[in-house]
Amino acid sequence: MTSKTVKSGRSWSNATFDFFIYLILALVTVVTLYPFLNVLAISLNDSTDSVRGGLTIYPRAFTLKNYETIFAFGGLMTGLKISILRTLVGTVLGLISASMLAFTISRSDFQGRRFVSTFLALTMYVSGGLIPFYILIRDLHMIGTFAVYVLPGLVSAFNVFIIRSFIDGIPFALQESAKLDGANDWTIYWRVILPLTKPALATIALFLAVGQWNAWFDTYLYNGSSEHLTTLQFELMKVLQSTTTNADSFRGRNMTEVMRQISPESVKMAITIVVTVPILVVYPFLQKYFVKGMTLGAVKS
Amino acid sequence: MEAASAKGKKPAKRGGKRFWNVFVQQRYLYLMSLPFIAWAFVFSYLPLWGWTMAFQKFRPGRSFFDQEWVGLQYFRELFHDAQFYLVLRNTLAMSAMGLVAGFTVPIVFAIVLNEVRSMSMKRFVQTVSYLPHFVSWVVVAGIVTKMLATDGVLNNILMGLHLIDQPIQYMAKGNLFWYIVTGSDVWKEMGWNTIIYLAAIAGIGPELYEAAKVDGAGRLRQIWHITLPGIRSTIIILLIISIGHLISIGFEKQFLLGNPLVSDYSQVLDLYALNYGLSMGRFSFGTAINIFNSLISIVLLFAANGIFKRITKESVF
Repeated sequence: MTSKTVKSGRSWSNATFDFFIYLILALVTVVTLYPFLNVLAISLNDSTDSVRGGLTIYPRAFTLKNYETIFAFGGLMTGLKISILRTLVGTVLGLISASMLAFTISRSDFQGRRFVSTFLALTMYVSGGLIPFYILIRDLHMIGTFAVYVLPGLVSAFNVFIIRSFIDGIPFALQESAKLDGANDWTIYWRVILPLTKPALATIALFLAVGQWNAWFDTYLYNGSSEHLTTLQFELMKVLQSTTTNADSFRGRNMTEVMRQISPESVKMAITIVVTVPILVVYPFLQKYFVKGMTLGAVKS
Repeated sequence: MEAASAKGKKPAKRGGKRFWNVFVQQRYLYLMSLPFIAWAFVFSYLPLWGWTMAFQKFRPGRSFFDQEWVGLQYFRELFHDAQFYLVLRNTLAMSAMGLVAGFTVPIVFAIVLNEVRSMSMKRFVQTVSYLPHFVSWVVVAGIVTKMLATDGVLNNILMGLHLIDQPIQYMAKGNLFWYIVTGSDVWKEMGWNTIIYLAAIAGIGPELYEAAKVDGAGRLRQIWHITLPGIRSTIIILLIISIGHLISIGFEKQFLLGNPLVSDYSQVLDLYALNYGLSMGRFSFGTAINIFNSLISIVLLFAANGIFKRITKESVF
């Protein structure tokens, strides 16, 4: 009898416990998703109708006109092109540098190993700051160039250490047997290490690509006046800042014309979606990899 | 970490021929690392040389030797600037708030996720919660501004509940700015930051929970006595790292969410260096701000590490 009451008492408290757990989950889901759905709804809604307000998560007067209008604007197409280009180039270069460095410091017989890994680790702690960095970029004549998007951040110690800890999990015997077959270090890297580290590379590729896609400050700082090097995030930033700050500080002349055709609100929401969708499509499929990558990195550092 | 060297054959001794023999043997390893090391030198270490600017009356276009040395003049100028103390207050306030909220919320959320029985539900919520991490601060700032606008969802809800009669202009209120920044940060990174804690929780032996169940502990008591102690060292290490980054909170959020109406609350050290140093061409003054920022970070990191080492015997270095 006593066991029965204890049991029912516990299952009651278990039920309230579960209720609160699921309540929190529901809350987090709504608070995270609602803003995105709201933005999507406004971007797909007729702009004159949107001004009335009260839109929630579905469009009231469905139209694609907002998207047609913003894509008809040349500046956005340049931004799209540059953003895609920097994402591709930055990701490939970043993967090459991180995987090569990771391979060399995973080799305990490499005599430069200690130097290389210490040198890299220190880069995570030292930082000259914004202005010395700006002066450096200027002295290297990289202002107003595409190179400034992909070259300064080429070597990332964090990425190297994530791949390195993954390589450490690969049996060294594989490298040794390749060596017996006459492979040199380059062949080992290319034929043995790279194929086996694909999960780690996928994680790093995601981090690099997202970082490149989302970057806006380098455009603002170095290429703000080069119209042919503008990026999507920077265009969005300009449009968003145009009403939160004074209108006269707004430099995107062409965008103001677009904003006259459809409301500024609709322009903002449509660009936000254009900027967000590529990420939305990619990241859920890589979830397994990046969770593993983050965990490995955390354990090591 | 050093145990791994067991697999290496003969660790090379420096000196003469032997080094060069191995060097030639390992030429590919050198070729794959040294160019990138040179790269890192240029973009990570070389800017440190730029610190000399803070002690010079730096004029662009002149060589290093033609600059006029002024000693600590720019630091004196900085410490006499009333604006500086406002900026320092904002930086410290927002980093402290970010530290507290950005630290506790993910732990709580990780524990909540861990208690979810349905795996598919857990996975779905996790995937959703990672989403804001991947979008840029530009997008997040746009979304936050939209949600907090006078016709935004927050005002609509509060009006609907008759808690307020007039829509509130949240983005124009200086005293709300710190909370908006902290809240946006939590919204963006909460899900992402659970990853490490969930991994740590997964490492706790199930036999501990079994034993606790046998002893009659409910789920709350299991969390308190098993889950939390189980992730204690992870929490402490992440805490030390966050304290080291306390003052270098960046400026993206403040830059994008701020506006002239709230600038007394939104200006942080990096933004100050950008607006009062770089934009005005006062490179030396701006560099002095950067140096101050870096030095405080280092001091905080070592202090945090030292304190935790004493109390808990956990440390980063």
